[in-house]
Amino acid sequence: MMQTSELSALLDTLCPMFVMVDDQGRIVNAGPTLQKLRPGHPMRGRGFLDVFELVRPRTVTTIAGLLSLAGGKVHLKFHDEPRTALTGLIAPLPKGNGAIINLSFGISILDAVRDYALTSADFSGTDLAIELLYLVEAKTAAMEASRSLNLRLQGAMLAAEEQAVTDMLTGLKNRRAMDVVLGHLISGNSVFALMHLDLDFFKSVNDRLGHAAGDFVLQQAARIMEEETRNEDTVARIGGDEFVIIFKGLVDESVLTDIAGRLISRLCQPMMFQGAPCKISASIGTALSTQFGTPDAAELLNAADQALYEAKRQGRSRHCLYSALAASGLKPASSQ
Amino acid sequence: MHGLINRAIQSFVCATYGQPCWLRVTEAAGLGFAEFEAMLLYDDAMTAKVLDALCADLNRPRAEILEDLGTYLVSHPNMEDLRRLLRFGGVTYVEFLHSLDDLSDRARLAVSDLRLPILELREVSPAEYHLHCYPGLPGYSSVMVGVLRAIADDYGALAMLSHEGSQGDAEVITIVLIESAFAEGRHFDLGARKS
Repeated sequence: MMQTSELSALLDTLCPMFVMVDDQGRIVNAGPTLQKLRPGHPMRGRGFLDVFELVRPRTVTTIAGLLSLAGGKVHLKFHDEPRTALTGLIAPLPKGNGAIINLSFGISILDAVRDYALTSADFSGTDLAIELLYLVEAKTAAMEASRSLNLRLQGAMLAAEEQAVTDMLTGLKNRRAMDVVLGHLISGNSVFALMHLDLDFFKSVNDRLGHAAGDFVLQQAARIMEEETRNEDTVARIGGDEFVIIFKGLVDESVLTDIAGRLISRLCQPMMFQGAPCKISASIGTALSTQFGTPDAAELLNAADQALYEAKRQGRSRHCLYSALAASGLKPASSQ
Repeated sequence: MHGLINRAIQSFVCATYGQPCWLRVTEAAGLGFAEFEAMLLYDDAMTAKVLDALCADLNRPRAEILEDLGTYLVSHPNMEDLRRLLRFGGVTYVEFLHSLDDLSDRARLAVSDLRLPILELREVSPAEYHLHCYPGLPGYSSVMVGVLRAIADDYGALAMLSHEGSQGDAEVITIVLIESAFAEGRHFDLGARKS
């Protein structure tokens, strides 16, 4: 039979975190790496349960109980700080002479290596600890590179959205494009008319027949607006069912009234979506750049909006000119 | 070519020769962009064009520039993460040399689509080693000469390196170890963590 000292020497190499206990649970020998965790406090001679607290299985509280867990896995903690968690495997020695308990860091390895300044020499050659540490660092570095790519892609996506000028659903210009066009016309002292068009009953189509029907209606309405306007005009969708049409060089109210009439009459025709009629209509308010001394985009939009509001107030499917509001004294006298 | 490799070249050029040099090089190579992404894949031809443009710009042979790149990968503070990963290979320089056989597997473990050529270390004597670099990445053996030289310093070992040319389909680097503990070397703390 091998001597205890010979066995300990063997275990020092094979599993440097072993503990050998006698039948009373007293530590006979501890592996060099385990002992390194408590420098200056030799474990030899102390009670196993005085050094380690048994965390699981909870039912076991005595040495006899511990030694009976042959082949079983136990979870331990140091009694004193740092209270590093350890897992252990118990192998009884023959003839009831105590046991060998092989300990390992398990998942606490990352903290343990730092807390105890461990080096690769502290692990047995077959221990995967070093590979695990390598993997954690390598994966962290790779993850960081991926994360920084994701952040840059997100930034690029936001920038692209920022620069987009097209409304994806209808293919019309979007609000940003409209702002740009208005800015150009105003800074170039061009004359133009601005129509604000709002679809009536659109919400009820959406609610009754679903979003697909709603999207279809918006696309049809957009097509009608493009057909009823010239290429040099700008048709923009600026909100859910709100549109703005800018007529460059056109400030003749009778022509604009005719266009508005045609738009309303075409938009009032039921649109068939998957066999179901979608009935909407439109209200329109129109303002002219020439109605303002020094036109300003917000002011013009507001004027067209007031005219639109009046058109709705009069019972929808109508067109109202801002100049009519001015004449009837309905609007605040902010313009000339 | 993996973005990590292109990115390494970019980082090396910017840190060593400055951003303007990198911009000239990418312009001359006709990339159409100046920033490689570490985690994307690029056409191999792009890397070749960048290296050609770099050689022309610096008026230096490719092998020399690639050796400097290898040195940069180990010794520059920008590359501390990579130095640490390499140092996991072994406690001593000789152990590190032996771990090179696993380098391509280790790289693949970290980044699954990063394929590095196979390396094979042959011990001629305890003081002389031949590293066989198999094909797959043109110029890899030149980079490895720089890496091996710099990491010898890192371990505090004194080694002489030479690129011996080819043997079969492999390129051979000769490493003559003069003193394995010549200087203090740089510290490697297993548990060091970024704050």
